[in-house]
Amino acid sequence: MMGFIWFWLVAVMIVGYVVLDGFDLGVGILHLFLPRTEAERRASLHSIGPVWDGNEVWLLAGGGTLYFAFPLLYASAFSGFYLPLMIVLWLLVLRGVTLELRNHIDMGVWQSLLDGVFGLASALLAIFYGAALANVLRGVPLGDDGYFFLPLWTNFRPGIHPGILDWYTVIGGLVALVALTLHGALWLTIKVSGDLEKRACRLINPLLLGLILLTVASLIGTIAVRPASLNNYYQHPVTFIVPVGVLAALACIWQFNRNGAPVKAFLSSSVYLFFMLAGACWGVYPTLLPATTGVERDITLSRAISGPHTLSVGLAWWLFGMTLAVAYVVFVYSRFRGKADADIAAH
Amino acid sequence: MTPELIHRLHFAFTITFHYLFPQLTMGLGLLIVMLKTVALRSGSEEWDRASRFWARIFGINFVFGVVTGIPMEFEFGTNWARFSQLSGGVIGQPLAMEGVFSFFLESAFLGLFLYGEKRISKRMHWFSAVMVWLGSWISGFFIIVTDAWMQHPVAYNRLPNGQFEVVSFWKLLLNPWGLLQYMHNMTGAVVTGSFVMAAVGAFYLLDGKNKEYGRIFTRVGVIAGLISTIAIIFPTGDLHGKYVAKNQPAAIAAMEGLFKTESGAGIVLIGQPNEETQQIDNPLVVNNVLSFLIYGTTKAEVTGLDRIPRDQWPSALPLLYYSYHIMAGLGTYFVALMMLSAFLLWRKKLYTARWVLWLLLISFPFPYIANTAGWMTAEIGRQPWLIYGLMRTSEGFSHVVSAGNGLFTLIGFMGLYSLLGLLFTVLVYREISNGPTPKAPELHAAIAD
Repeated sequence: MMGFIWFWLVAVMIVGYVVLDGFDLGVGILHLFLPRTEAERRASLHSIGPVWDGNEVWLLAGGGTLYFAFPLLYASAFSGFYLPLMIVLWLLVLRGVTLELRNHIDMGVWQSLLDGVFGLASALLAIFYGAALANVLRGVPLGDDGYFFLPLWTNFRPGIHPGILDWYTVIGGLVALVALTLHGALWLTIKVSGDLEKRACRLINPLLLGLILLTVASLIGTIAVRPASLNNYYQHPVTFIVPVGVLAALACIWQFNRNGAPVKAFLSSSVYLFFMLAGACWGVYPTLLPATTGVERDITLSRAISGPHTLSVGLAWWLFGMTLAVAYVVFVYSRFRGKADADIAAH
Repeated sequence: MTPELIHRLHFAFTITFHYLFPQLTMGLGLLIVMLKTVALRSGSEEWDRASRFWARIFGINFVFGVVTGIPMEFEFGTNWARFSQLSGGVIGQPLAMEGVFSFFLESAFLGLFLYGEKRISKRMHWFSAVMVWLGSWISGFFIIVTDAWMQHPVAYNRLPNGQFEVVSFWKLLLNPWGLLQYMHNMTGAVVTGSFVMAAVGAFYLLDGKNKEYGRIFTRVGVIAGLISTIAIIFPTGDLHGKYVAKNQPAAIAAMEGLFKTESGAGIVLIGQPNEETQQIDNPLVVNNVLSFLIYGTTKAEVTGLDRIPRDQWPSALPLLYYSYHIMAGLGTYFVALMMLSAFLLWRKKLYTARWVLWLLLISFPFPYIANTAGWMTAEIGRQPWLIYGLMRTSEGFSHVVSAGNGLFTLIGFMGLYSLLGLLFTVLVYREISNGPTPKAPELHAAIAD
């Protein structure tokens, strides 16, 4: 029971991170080409200025929760994905710092360098996150002791000894790239105005079309790479509502965007991300990290779960703390609701 | 280079660089609350601008703290996997609590504090400053709890699979080691904040620009500096030291360079520890003082390294000795400088005493060095243990990550952080030369409109 609860609590943290940091990553990707003037660039950055580092907290809080609830998984996955994780860390550093510098330094040439690094780091992060999730769904070559180490790539084929990047995980990376770009574009339609808003609006349908194709490709790919992903769905057919929800959310984005309801379109995109992640989690449950080297080596919930005291102690403060955290998040977003202030110079 | 060494260097380098930022965040957070409080009560625009100026520096510093802090939480897993697997049930807990209880609070109110001044009332803005400060201090608390458990494990139970699990939430949080270390560490952060504020004040006074703010900053910096530099020695440093002596005799003996057990042990002020001959070269010793500091009597016996098995000696003994001596030496200098400055402030001569202002200006790096040396003392003193008495450092690193891969990312971090260091300096220097009087930023906004 505790295992079930903590599995989904960690999943909730991950969804929270993807939905929230997702849109500011998306704004970062769009920063590469969407805003055309200095004023537009500022407007677009102001739309995420007050919230981006709060959004990143979900990653830290989620990582910490994973750490104490499933220490074996945390230890095995983090050391096994050593290289890509380190690259992710570097990208997070670069992204945070360029965004901050962008708000302070005002010198022509440097400005475009910072914009470029900020945008590229955002795009690469999206790709890495997608690829990371795909790595978990595909499985990794776990040894008897529950550890593994993956090179960045081998022959680009999923198999017993794959690399971080193979054709399947690359699809995962692209799904994340397009999904988060769309998510960011929808955020901009809420937060900015004028020409920039119009251009963001025009971008939505092409992105949506791309996302639909990639989503379908990734679903097929997942089934091909790890057929067992469907087991839970066949056992509990009612859960086929998840893939239906994914498609419905995509349809809603289109509909709401056409009707000029940007907030609803953005929420639909959040629902899309939620269903995609929940569907992926359900596809592996109760395994946490499948082994390509044989089912008996899978890191399962019961193998990775912390001791009972730890979990019950944790549950008490976690529920209390996250209630507070959600209250802050709601409070801050409500304070900054509506179009972003274009006139506030960054701190 | 062995994998163990690489992983140790990896963590040591990234954490040392990281902690340059939070110590200022935590110290400055408190000082900004003081500035805001005066501004709110007196309605003084000058104090409001003073607090806005420091809020800008705080903001830059905070972001550098965040981006260098994220890697820390991940490095437990990436570089110290076997340690994490066994101890996650205990120390994963305070680490997650830091995120849940502190970072959400801090980031939410920092957004309001830095971006929202026009959208909220003055009182609410003051409240945001308080919450940001509180958030940073809660964050420090959970990190200290984590470290305290590694230094002095409490409230745990060992499961059949070797994993530790926490048995009492409150005992974990109220680990006596942690409480003492917390007081000492937070005081250290206030020392850094005070010195930085006093240094910027001194710079303005010496430079002759922004003199009115120079006076505010020097005054606040010196007053807070006097209190914190005394408190860092007594009671916080004193209590913490005694507790270390009781629980980690090997660490205290190595810190003090005490190779032989002695009653009426003297304190070594200067000298170089020589591991081969097991003595201090070129020593300058004050008799009986060490016994007195630890046990309150000059005759007490202090355990030397000779009573401790060689395989339990701190593995980087000379470094530990120097770290501790640098910390303690600088701490003494801080009190002297702040007493002098406070005396001149009281006599109303500080703002024109150029040589003291110069001292205040050039002394701002020293608290950073002292705080770093203090942490090195704590962590090197814990060696060869990763969890004191329970798990050795050699058992904890990620065995799947080879030395080559570890070195690759260590070099990567070194390159990236060199860049960050430069950028940070440039950014803060710009803020300081722009000064607290609104010119550049608001003009900037006018152009953007």
